[in-house]
Amino acid sequence: MSSTTSAIEAAAAAERSAARYDQSRAARIISRTAIYGALLLWAFICLFPIYWTLTTSFKTAKDVQQGALIPFVDFEPSWIGWKSLGLSPDTIFETSTVREEFLARFINSVMTSLSASMLAIVIGSLAAYGLSRFEYKWGPFRNKDISFFFLSQLILPPVVLALPFLVLYKEVAMLDSSIGLILLYALMVLPIVIWIMRDQFKSIPAELEEAALVDGLSSWGALLRIVVPISLPGMVAAFILSLVLCWNEYFFAALLTSTDAKTLPVMVASQTGSQGINWWSMAALSSAAIVPLCIVGILLERYIIKGLSTGAVK
Amino acid sequence: MQTSAALIGDIPASRKALGRGLIIAASLGLAAVLVWQILFVSGNVEEGFDTWRPVLYAYLAWAVVLGVSQVIIRGEAGQRALFVLPAVLFTISMVIFPTAFGIYIAFTDWNLSSFEGRQFNGLDNLRALFEDSYYWNSLGNMAFYVAMVLVEYAIAFGLALLLNAEIRARRFFRVVFLLPFMLSPVAISWMVGKSLMEYRFGPAANLARFLGWEKPAFFTEPWIAKISIEVMDAWMYIPFMMILLLAGLQAMPRDVSEAARVDGANGWQTFWKITFPLMLPVSVTAIVLRIIFKLKLADIIINVTAGGPGGATDSVTSFIYREYRDRSNVGYGTMLAEFYLVIIIIFMLTLLRFVSRWLRKLD
Repeated sequence: MSSTTSAIEAAAAAERSAARYDQSRAARIISRTAIYGALLLWAFICLFPIYWTLTTSFKTAKDVQQGALIPFVDFEPSWIGWKSLGLSPDTIFETSTVREEFLARFINSVMTSLSASMLAIVIGSLAAYGLSRFEYKWGPFRNKDISFFFLSQLILPPVVLALPFLVLYKEVAMLDSSIGLILLYALMVLPIVIWIMRDQFKSIPAELEEAALVDGLSSWGALLRIVVPISLPGMVAAFILSLVLCWNEYFFAALLTSTDAKTLPVMVASQTGSQGINWWSMAALSSAAIVPLCIVGILLERYIIKGLSTGAVK
Repeated sequence: MQTSAALIGDIPASRKALGRGLIIAASLGLAAVLVWQILFVSGNVEEGFDTWRPVLYAYLAWAVVLGVSQVIIRGEAGQRALFVLPAVLFTISMVIFPTAFGIYIAFTDWNLSSFEGRQFNGLDNLRALFEDSYYWNSLGNMAFYVAMVLVEYAIAFGLALLLNAEIRARRFFRVVFLLPFMLSPVAISWMVGKSLMEYRFGPAANLARFLGWEKPAFFTEPWIAKISIEVMDAWMYIPFMMILLLAGLQAMPRDVSEAARVDGANGWQTFWKITFPLMLPVSVTAIVLRIIFKLKLADIIINVTAGGPGGATDSVTSFIYREYRDRSNVGYGTMLAEFYLVIIIIFMLTLLRFVSRWLRKLD
């Protein structure tokens, strides 16, 4: 008798736990679905504009006006957008003034953003290294004040500098020159570089360089031989982040360049023709402005995240 | 670490004198070039340079001599000063000097299209500023855009939580979520603002029609236009806040939230009682940095709406941009910009003080 009751109780308990298990399983499935649903929805929101840009560069006027979405189903892809830039398979070997113009802008963008990032990395890293290692006393200013001076530049809106620079660059004949843009871009990313690199250098123990100093290296020698190799990942992170910001910069370029030093974003922005906008060529140009950084983002995502999240967690 | 006093002690007096002599010579040289050019431009001297570029070269030479003489005078301490000196000189000459020059321009009636050249006009620009309803309107718009940072923050926090959950293909989602931050605002303005949101053929308009909005026009009604601009800007910058918050979540000790869960707290309670308070410092950093970026908002507005309809979407920067582009009004535009800078500095200082006091009270 007692064995029967215990068997029944055991069965009931098993049923209860099974029910609880089912319930938690159901809850789990629901929450999983919700999580993946939300993830996929946002992934779609992130990717669709890029997809739209890339596909539009293959659409003719008719397809654009119909709002066609899927290639080969909604519309027949054609090279029209890339042809207008002289970059389609049948035009690539012919001479094309549009392509020359485009390549000139593209190279300007590459050169300007690379040089500005390099300049900012060099002087920014040096400053960050000095501030993280030595005690300075320049008049009333100590390390903390100098650091604050650099970081406070971050809040300076570009518009405050733009008009004075327009006048100053005109006076020194640097209007519409790549050097002028490079200097301004380096200034723009310098606080970010100093922020990232100061954090990076602080994480390297000073004993390493002290040992090197004992071995007879100067402070500059210790920096180049010991510290730079260790802090390279941080430098790459700062460099990539600078590159992204400089490549996409529009405001200064729009005000301070006209023909020679014009960058890709300015060319994109000036595409309105007399008969409205040629969407296919606009899309091809936009793709050319977007794709390089998409590739950088996919390949070097680790560094960008490292650079962005510096200083967030203390 | 050696003190700088001990380092200076090793330098012979003759070397110090040499260093000081170099600085004095370089400064005199720079001053001479500067004065000569000023005299030439004002018409007191016949010969001179066509542009001010030689003054720039003289300044560069002066900066190099300054660096060299630091090493000569102070030895090792001078070498250390060389680490910070380039960045300091660069920033001062690129920010402080132009801003000071800007203040001078701000008090002139300098219009590049007029033949009369610049003339000091006292407080006229400031008076005009206070009567310029479009400028105050754009400042009001900035208040709206800045306030919307809180909404962006909520979305970014949600996404960071999603990425921090136990999911497959985490790296894929992280890369995809990061992508909008990498894209050129100008390209996005055209391909999203002017194409994707086009009221006739844009997929966004088609979707809105499908959802029951009969005449989806994203940029004709003032408030809808403002929100459309904000949505585009949010789309580009949410990844930025998301990454900061994700870093914060990953640095959080896992056992704290697990202990709470064992104690029977559900996900919602764990979030509000544990996660959110622990994330406050990171959240404040993310929001403050985002506000700093938001105050520079311009590219999208310039390209998509040019401030319209009727200034409803204007940011201060895009307004000043047009003031220069359409009217060549350098003097007045600079006054608007400098005034904006003053407002930003006051606003940021107040915000930071308020935030730090608030955080201290919570501890």
